[in-house]
Amino acid sequence: MSEAVISLAALPPGERGRVQSGEDGHPAVPRLLALGLLPGTEITVVRVAPLGDPVEVEFLGMRLSLRKADAAAVRVEPFTAR
Amino acid sequence: MSRPDSRPLRIALVGNPNTGKTTLFNRLTGSRQKIGNYPGVTVEKKYGAWHPGGRAATLVDLPGAYSLAASSPDERVALDFLTGHLAGEARPDAVICVVDASNIVRNLFLASQVADLGLPLVIALNMSDAAEQTGIHIDAALLARHLGVPVVRTVATRGEGSGALEKAVLRAVDGRLLMAQVPWPEAVQRAVHYLADGLEKEGVAPLEPGELRRILFDQRSAVLERAGWPPEADPQPLLSAARDILSAAGLQPVPAEALLRYEHLGHVTADAVRFPEKRRRTRTERIDAVLTHRVWGLLIFALLMFLVFQSIYAWAGPVMELIEVTVAAVQERVAPWLAAWPAVQSLVVDGLVVGVGGVLVFLPQILVLFFFIALLEDTGYMARGAFLMDKMFGWCGLNGKSFVPMLSSYACAVPGILAARTIEDPRARLTTVLVSPLMSCSARLPVYTLMIGAFIEPSHGAVVAGAVLFAAHLLGLVVAVPVAWSLNRFVLRTRTQPFLLEMPPYRRPRLRDILWRLWERAREFLVRAGTVILAMTVIIWALVYFPRPPEVRERTVAALSALNDPSAVEHAVEAAYLEQSLLARAGRAVQPVFAPAGFDWKITVGVLASFPAREVIIATLGTIYGIGREVDAGSGDLRFALGRDLWTHGDRAGQPVFTVPVALAVMVFFALCLQCGATVAVMAKEANWGWAVFGFVYMTLLAWLGAVLTYQLGTRWLGG
Repeated sequence: MSEAVISLAALPPGERGRVQSGEDGHPAVPRLLALGLLPGTEITVVRVAPLGDPVEVEFLGMRLSLRKADAAAVRVEPFTAR
Repeated sequence: MSRPDSRPLRIALVGNPNTGKTTLFNRLTGSRQKIGNYPGVTVEKKYGAWHPGGRAATLVDLPGAYSLAASSPDERVALDFLTGHLAGEARPDAVICVVDASNIVRNLFLASQVADLGLPLVIALNMSDAAEQTGIHIDAALLARHLGVPVVRTVATRGEGSGALEKAVLRAVDGRLLMAQVPWPEAVQRAVHYLADGLEKEGVAPLEPGELRRILFDQRSAVLERAGWPPEADPQPLLSAARDILSAAGLQPVPAEALLRYEHLGHVTADAVRFPEKRRRTRTERIDAVLTHRVWGLLIFALLMFLVFQSIYAWAGPVMELIEVTVAAVQERVAPWLAAWPAVQSLVVDGLVVGVGGVLVFLPQILVLFFFIALLEDTGYMARGAFLMDKMFGWCGLNGKSFVPMLSSYACAVPGILAARTIEDPRARLTTVLVSPLMSCSARLPVYTLMIGAFIEPSHGAVVAGAVLFAAHLLGLVVAVPVAWSLNRFVLRTRTQPFLLEMPPYRRPRLRDILWRLWERAREFLVRAGTVILAMTVIIWALVYFPRPPEVRERTVAALSALNDPSAVEHAVEAAYLEQSLLARAGRAVQPVFAPAGFDWKITVGVLASFPAREVIIATLGTIYGIGREVDAGSGDLRFALGRDLWTHGDRAGQPVFTVPVALAVMVFFALCLQCGATVAVMAKEANWGWAVFGFVYMTLLAWLGAVLTYQLGTRWLGG
C-alpha cells in the first residue's frame, strides 16, 4: 500500500485506487456519492478521451465519463502493487 | 379505508437513466400517451392511461434521475412531483421504481430515497435477462421480503412482466406497502427534529420526516423553497446548526446520506443478489477499445457523423422536393376555385397552403435525423460520441452532446434544435439551442449562390467563388464559439453542472422503439411548432399583400400599355403592389439602418421579407425587379437585373447598387441572421419565448454588425 493520496484526475489510465474523500462543496461530489462512489470504493481509470479530457472510470461495475475538473474533487489512494 | 375506485389511480414511474424506463412506459400505456411540459421548466411531462387489473390509472413517466438531490431541473421535477409540491399535480398513490438488474444496488439508492417520502413502492427489476448473462443472479422473492415491497422481474423490450407488475401495483396501493426504512442513527433523528423546530418558528407548514431529511442532506434543497420558507430569511444558519449535530456524532454531513443508505442496501441485498466471482472482459469493453480509440475512434466518429449529415442532406432532399412540388400543385388546383375573391385566393394559396407546406417540409429531415439519434442513443454510442467530443465543446459552456445538434443545424436548425434534447445539462442544452441557428443551414445556400454567381464568380473566378462559399459556411461556426462562451460568462448565470455521463453497455436497438420515437417527435413537431409556423406565414402574407388599392394596377397597366407582353405587365403589377405594401413601407422606413451595410431599399425589403424564411429573398427580389417570383438562385435574368440596378438618388446616384462589398455584406447578413420563423418557433417550444426572442435579437444585431463591417472594410480594401 502506498501512503500517497492523489486526485482521481492524476491517476493514470489502467491504474486502480481506493477513494479516500471528496472535496467539500464541489458540485460533483454529491452526484458521485449518489452513484455509490463512497469513501473506500475501488475505482479504476479505464481511459482518457483522445483529446485529453474527459476520463472514463469504472467502479461497482459502472462505467462513467467525467471531466478532469470534476475528477479532481475526488482524492484516491492508488494501489501501487496488486 | 374504502377503496377510492371512482378516482383514477396516479402511479409515477421513476428510475435511473438507461434502465429501460421509457420502454416500460410505452409498453404499459401503448398509444394512450400525452406529452407536454411542466409549467415554467423545460422538462418533458409524459403521462398515459393504464389499466392495472381493470382499474383506471394515470401513469406518469418522471424524468430519469440518479438521486432526488434535486441539483438539476429533471431531478427537481421528480422530487416536487413525488412530494406533491408541483403545481396542479396531486401526489401519486404509488411509485414504480425501474431498476437495472445489472446495477441493482446503485439503482436501489433512488428507490430508497423515494420510499423515504412515504410512498408505496414497487420495484420493477428490468433487464434481468441481461444481468443473468453477465452472471448476476437475483432472488426476487427474497429481495421482496427484505425490502417489504413487491419486486417484479420485467423485460420491457419484450413486454415480459407487465401482468405481474399490474398486480403488484394494486397490492402496493391497497396495502400501502412501504419499503424498509434505513435505520437512521440517533444523530440524524435529532438533526431532523432540530430542523422541524427551526422551520416551525419560521412559519413553515409541517413537513414529513422524509422531506426534512432531504433538507438536511441536500446542498440546496428544493423542498425548503417549495414548503414556504420566507425568501428574505437565510436558511444557512439553521441548516449549518442541524448539520453540526451530525458532525458532532462523527457523521460527515456531505457523504452521510450516501454512506447510510448504501450500508443499508448492502445489508438487504447481501443474500438476495449473487455477483459473478470473476469478471470477464465483456463485449462492451471489446467494442469500446475500438470506438474510443485515439485514431480509430475519432475516424469512425467522423465517418458516422458524415453519414448522418449526408443523409439529412441527401435522403431528405427528394422528399422535401416532393412536398414542394405538391404544394405548387395544390396551389394551382385551388387557385381557380377562389378566383372570384382575389384576397381570399391569395390568403389560401400564398398564406395557408404555403404555410402548411412550410411546416411539412421539415418533417423529412426531422425523421431522418431522429432515426439516427434514436439509433445512436439506443445502441449506447451517443455517450461515446460525447466522450470523444467533450473537450472540443466543454470549455465554452457546451458539452460533448452538442455535436449532433450543431452538425444537424448545418442542414437545418429545426431538427438540430430538437436534437438538443439529448443534452441532460440544462445550461449546455440552452446554449446549444441558442447557437445552433448560427450554423449555415441549407436555406442560406440560395442566397450565397445568387450573390457569388452574380458578383464574385464573373470577376474573380471559380476558385475565389468556391473559397467564398466555404467561408460563408464556416462563418457561423467561428462566431458560435465566442457567442457560446459569452452567453455562459455573462448571460446564463446558473451554476455549472458537472458533466457526469454513464457509459452504458452496448445494446441492440429495437426497431419498434425507434419507430415509436419517430412518431412521437413528428406528432409533437406538427402540433406544437407547426401551428406557430403556420400563424407566422399568414401574418407575413398579410404584410406583403396589403394594402391593395386598384389604382396601383390601373396605373401600372396604363403605363405599360405599349408593351405587348401580358406576363411582363403582370410582373410589373406585382412589383408595383409590393413596392407600396406594408412590408415595403417598413423597408423604406428602416433602410437608413441598413445604409451603412450598403443596402438600398430593395435589399432592405428583401431582408425584411426573409425574416419568416430566408430563402424567400430570391422570390422577393424576383418580384421587386419585375421578373416574377418563380425565379431561382441560378436565374440569369435575376443576376442581370441585380447587376444593372443603379442608385437613383443620394450621393451614390448613378453607381451600381450591387458591388462585391455589398454582395459580401448581404451574404454575411444572411449567414448570421435568424431569418427563420420555424427556428424561432422551435426555440420557443424547446426553451421559452423569452429565449427565442433573445436568440432572434442577438443574431439580428450580430448580422447587422457583420454586414456593416464587411461593407465598410470591403469598400476600403476592394473599392466601391
